[in-house]
Amino acid sequence: MLLELKLFPKILVLGLLLGSCDKYEPVAPLEEELLDGPLGGLTSAQNAQFLAGDIAFNDDVFTSRSGLGPLFVATNCASCHAGDGKGTPFTTLTRFGQTDATGNQFLHLGGPQIQNRALPGYEPETVPNGATFSKFTPPAVTGLGFLQYVTDADIMAMSDPNDDDGDGISGVPNWGTLKEYLDPLDNAIAQDGKYIHRFGKKAAAYDLLQQTVDAYNQDIGIASSFDPKDVYSGLTIDPEVSDKTIRDVVAYLNTLKAPIPRNQEASQVQNGKSLFSRINCASCHRPELVTGYSPIEALSRKTFQPYTDLLLHDMGLGLDDGYTEGSALTSEWRTPPLWGLGLSPTTQGGQYFLLHDGRAHSIEEAILMHGGEAENSKNQYQSLTQSEKNDLIKFLESL
Amino acid sequence: MKHLITKLLLLFATALQAQIDSTLIKRAQLDTTKQGLNMDAVYDRPFLSFGKVPVSVGGYVEANWQHLGTDGVSEGHQFQMRRMTLFVSSSIGKKLKFLSELEFEEGGKEIAIEFASLDVEFHPLLNLRGGIIMNPIGAFNQNHDGPKWEFTDRPIPATQMLPATWSNAGFGLFGKTYRKDWMFGYELYLSGGFDNSIIDNSENKTFLPAAKENGERFEESASGTPLTTAKIAIRHNTFGEIGLSYMGGIYNTFEDDGIELDKKRRVNVYAIDYNNTLPKLNTYLTGEWAWVQVDIPNTYTQQYGSKQHGGFLDIVQPVLDRKMLGWDNATLNLACRFEYVDWNVGTFNETGDEIGDEIWSIMPAISFRPSPQTVFRLNYRIQRQKDILNNEPARTGGFIFGISSYF
Ligand code: HEC
Ligand code: HEC
Repeated sequence: MLLELKLFPKILVLGLLLGSCDKYEPVAPLEEELLDGPLGGLTSAQNAQFLAGDIAFNDDVFTSRSGLGPLFVATNCASCHAGDGKGTPFTTLTRFGQTDATGNQFLHLGGPQIQNRALPGYEPETVPNGATFSKFTPPAVTGLGFLQYVTDADIMAMSDPNDDDGDGISGVPNWGTLKEYLDPLDNAIAQDGKYIHRFGKKAAAYDLLQQTVDAYNQDIGIASSFDPKDVYSGLTIDPEVSDKTIRDVVAYLNTLKAPIPRNQEASQVQNGKSLFSRINCASCHRPELVTGYSPIEALSRKTFQPYTDLLLHDMGLGLDDGYTEGSALTSEWRTPPLWGLGLSPTTQGGQYFLLHDGRAHSIEEAILMHGGEAENSKNQYQSLTQSEKNDLIKFLESL
Repeated sequence: MKHLITKLLLLFATALQAQIDSTLIKRAQLDTTKQGLNMDAVYDRPFLSFGKVPVSVGGYVEANWQHLGTDGVSEGHQFQMRRMTLFVSSSIGKKLKFLSELEFEEGGKEIAIEFASLDVEFHPLLNLRGGIIMNPIGAFNQNHDGPKWEFTDRPIPATQMLPATWSNAGFGLFGKTYRKDWMFGYELYLSGGFDNSIIDNSENKTFLPAAKENGERFEESASGTPLTTAKIAIRHNTFGEIGLSYMGGIYNTFEDDGIELDKKRRVNVYAIDYNNTLPKLNTYLTGEWAWVQVDIPNTYTQQYGSKQHGGFLDIVQPVLDRKMLGWDNATLNLACRFEYVDWNVGTFNETGDEIGDEIWSIMPAISFRPSPQTVFRLNYRIQRQKDILNNEPARTGGFIFGISSYF
């Protein structure tokens, strides 16, 4: 009995200790070191839909029973967009069969995308003879809601098709015809019945709904009511993913937070930032954009720092694979946002796989592969002193 | 801190003991001199018998509290009734025995017959077993009763690489013999087995336990071919027991209704297990290591690995072994478990880089046993898990407190 009495205060202490057990668990990495997580300022309902989309995107894995394939590239969204960040050669996909704005000439041979993997018993696809192709490494999917709500008017204002300002940089939007299941955004501007597309490396996807529907269909072999065509047979089949799940995933993509820059006060970073503008990187990688109206309050009329202009630029012969989408030329690529660039290795297995097909293994290599409209800018980079180059890279790593 | 926890465990145990009246039923004494191999574990349990009735029953229960978190996201307080298992054994006649083991998991949501076999003894070296058997791959699958372990969680390599607890309908032979300090045993079974789900599942990795989801496997074997499991084990009184086991067969449904669907694909598993109690120190060691090979078409995805390996080692050191709080045979142990699994051994076709998908864990523990059949255990898990791309590992940690007892 005496023992029990003596123990009593200790039990209390242990109780308190267990009450604060979190202390004995691994701490969270800094928010700014993580790509995933929701935008601040969402309503509870928006948070709930974010979570539903999070599960569909990250946790749900397709199997043959739930509709995988039979031809596919990967088994779920997160296999390619792990941690919502960039992918690697393992998850890089191949598209083929289009060389100009007249469209894809190889749709009857499995175009536009190779499904290079197949369920046992099936044969995966290969690039047909005579088709040109390009490889696409998965980009990060963070902050896309902000890009979604940049107005068409703003995008057109950044475009300079005839290079009127004489800086050697033109920049054009990818005009395309809307898929039947898409509605134009509120502020959309049409030209000859065509709309500005902005997602994807060739800016050939109109919005996050199209991107999501195409991903299910072409990457995982999952038919939906939006696109009920089976990748294997080419025939329509019953939906293998619900409309609700697709809407949840779109909401998730819309409300993923934008990457948070780091070390912004460091003098190297600040110096690098001004060099970035001075040598005209910022003419394409626009530091700041604003959103127009969005039904999601947290995205409506906000200023943000993506380092892109959402426009297509001729990047020269070196980056011309002879393949394209929509109205883009084969040498044209949409300026990729540079936000989150420094965090790329956290999802690329500790390495860098940059540019559209992951061919650049460092930031510097990526810069040196710029050509075409970016030739001038690259040359200016090369004539920087070593310490200036270092500062510029430090700045890019801080994004 | 350790001191405090010890006292608490003691206190907790005292309170429980007061409620048990053990005079009505007879508890079979464990014969620790003769039965020594992992293969004996099914019968080497504290059964209760009632007078002259030829049936004995037993069982065990496991429950716990845990508070684990991964990278700053905590699950909070979780109270779990892991499982309750009932076993019934009966001597049907001369040299005829029947034993069954029924497991209730997740509060009764999952009920499984883990074992239900008739054993016929022709000779100690030649017994026939038929029914639902536990495939003797490694040691844990055969010898997994909760109260035998100082850790609340079952070893990851045994349950998430090897599919413990893994049983199938099947038949086989087993036998045992002794000579001086040596003991030798063998087992050989043919049974139902795996299916396509081991390389096509929501875990997104080659996962042998996925086949357990297939409730039809006790009725219909997916491949229509037997899974062979074979094990030999040798024990020496000083050097301990070492077991070598193999389990393999065709896993896929290569044809259905006589129509060919795919070529025949095999899964092969090799395991080595060891356990011993070191003389003088009384340190108890137990561990196993296994290798899994699965034939996967190279046109499928490397998400599913064709090779896996992993294992665990438990080290248990009794520190107090005496009468404590009225229990004559109480022990207090310090223990530690080391675990490792690589679910996808190999390199990416695209880059030649190492494929990740690995886990390792270290789990220190304190356990108190008022009697050999009952254990109170406090564990702390330190775990790192790498994704397939070898990105920075997810870090998991936290406390687990559990009780487990035969009844
Ligand atoms: C096989 C790998 C793979 C899978 C699986 C995959 N993606 Fe992608 N994703 C890519 C690649 C490669 C791109 C770039 C494609 C392009 O530029 O046209 C991309 C682009 C995107 C984009 C556009 C990003 C931008 O900046 O424009 C979004 C959004 C996206 N994916 C969402 C998804 C969703 C949702 C899923 C699951 C339904 C998914 N992805 C599954 C590889 C994948
Ligand atoms: C003419 C427009 C333009 C200019 C000027 C430009 N870039 Fe780019 N940049 C692009 C495009 C387009 C790509 C994508 C090319 C590809 O994927 O093949 C790109 C890609 C990159 C990438 C790789 C991003 C990734 O995620 O893979 C980095 C880094 C980069 N640019 C930095 C710079 C820097 C630094 C400068 C200034 C020296 C610069 N860029 C100037 C258009 C431009």
